[in-house]
Amino acid sequence: MPPSGRCVAGHEASSLDVMSDESVIQVRGLRKRYGTTTAIDGIDLDVARGEVFALLGPNGAGKTTTVEILEGYRRRDSGTASVLGEDPAEASRNRPWRARIGIVLQLTTEPELTVAEMIRQFAGYYPRPRDPGEVIELVGLAGLEGRRAHQLSGGQQRRLDVALGIVGRPEVLFLDEPTTGFDPEARRQFWDLIRRLAEDGSTILLTTHYLEEAEALADRVAVLAAGQLVALGEPATLGGRAASDAQVSWDTPDGRRTVSTTEPARVVVELAAQYGDLPGLTVTRPSLEDVYLQLIGASR
Amino acid sequence: MTASSFSEEISPAASEPRLPGAWRTGLARGRLEVAAFFRERQTVVFVFALPAVLLVLLGSIFGHQKLSYGITVGQLFTAGMIAGGIGSTSFQNLGLSIAAERERGTLKRLRGTPMSPAAYFIGKIVLVFVCTVAEVLVLVAVGMAFYHLRLPESAAQWWTLAWVFTLGTVACSLLGIAISSLSRSATNSFPVIGLPFIVLQFISGVYVPFNNVPRWLQEVASLFPLKWMSQGLRSAFLPARAAVLEPAHSWQHGETALVLLVWVAAGLVLCLTTFRWQKNQDG
Repeated sequence: MPPSGRCVAGHEASSLDVMSDESVIQVRGLRKRYGTTTAIDGIDLDVARGEVFALLGPNGAGKTTTVEILEGYRRRDSGTASVLGEDPAEASRNRPWRARIGIVLQLTTEPELTVAEMIRQFAGYYPRPRDPGEVIELVGLAGLEGRRAHQLSGGQQRRLDVALGIVGRPEVLFLDEPTTGFDPEARRQFWDLIRRLAEDGSTILLTTHYLEEAEALADRVAVLAAGQLVALGEPATLGGRAASDAQVSWDTPDGRRTVSTTEPARVVVELAAQYGDLPGLTVTRPSLEDVYLQLIGASR
Repeated sequence: MTASSFSEEISPAASEPRLPGAWRTGLARGRLEVAAFFRERQTVVFVFALPAVLLVLLGSIFGHQKLSYGITVGQLFTAGMIAGGIGSTSFQNLGLSIAAERERGTLKRLRGTPMSPAAYFIGKIVLVFVCTVAEVLVLVAVGMAFYHLRLPESAAQWWTLAWVFTLGTVACSLLGIAISSLSRSATNSFPVIGLPFIVLQFISGVYVPFNNVPRWLQEVASLFPLKWMSQGLRSAFLPARAAVLEPAHSWQHGETALVLLVWVAAGLVLCLTTFRWQKNQDG
């Protein structure tokens, strides 16, 4: 089980060595402002080795800023961050660290090069790359090796993006909203690909604003809203979902009535005994979506 | 190819696999850069073919006018256009391509890998070298075929061609890399990079014989490398007596080398201080 509920304050560099065995990504008090806008307002995170971790939140919640700080693309204003025991702010001087992380960017960066040329090129930057042919197979681009990047469909280009992110055999893989704009079929195929990578033991940090994506892929989910972490946990128990009250509702001549209860079955039996027929009877628990909307609404 | 040969080289048992070196990856990148350049029709036409097309056009209109000492305007144009061609495949090509790569995120993606930053620039050097040599060959061929251009006649003239070509290409490449940072988006890269280059070509003796350029514009042009490159190439391709056609009545090799070296130094400083890997560099 992933570690959770760690002590937050008072240990920084001293604890990194101890943590690095299990905690691949560690963030404490992370803050970032753009001018007068606060993008991240004090975030703490721990991602364990082998874990698939989702940062979930609406646009503007700070997901991309957080991931770009961890990828070494952006500088933080304050707080500490450690990925594989190294500070990503030093990334530009740390090529060995770069060789251990993979970044999936949604970009068609060299449109005139072919799929095979791109993947071989990127394999050549790493000390222990995956075999380019296997990567092509794995992401489902077999048969398209000779096609130029700009001739690929949108979904195929995203597969190439993943191929470039994983060809170096990364220990940690970052994906920022990897399936935005996918149709449902393409999204499911993409999820299968992510699951296969997770089975290989990669630690995966992905951001998404799709609830069902976080639920389908992630071992744990952190919900971000307005730069703050508003919930953290396994998808099934997020925001106290499993333990929350059920709502029993039915129509009466005076209008609709709702009873909140922890024992919906008993309530329905009692109501049936009392009133006989219960027109419009429903028993609902908050869906993950209800929980999520409540979480991100609460902090806005 | 590079990748697979590389992975064979590293034994799986190696505990600390070494990062691939800058030369190996840089040369591999260079090969891809050249391939991508010649696959993209727009850049081939605009950067590579345009100088030759302009040479044929201008040469057909003005080329057969005789100047003193049996020199034709066509010879003058060819020498100047070779300078323009070098500027196009180095300054303009690098300026536009790096601005586009920054815009598309090519640089960001490469920066996210363990690639040595030097490898990126080695790739660009290969690109510029291959394109510029090819460009000069095409222009010399056009000039020889249509405008009585003759190859350098003495070892001294070949030496002049060699150093003017080298210093000019290096200076223009560094300035191209530097100016790419001024372009905020791919759509404004023409006004920032292409337009000043066209203006310089008009006043530096590329599109118009330098003697026909008004005095004050000659002085403006003298501040930039292109005027000196075109003058240096005239000294390599025209007979020695043609020096009297120059405003200074001399080839001014010392001044040429000095100005180009100053621009190489300035360009290097500009590159080192302004190069950005991302569109919006985040301090």
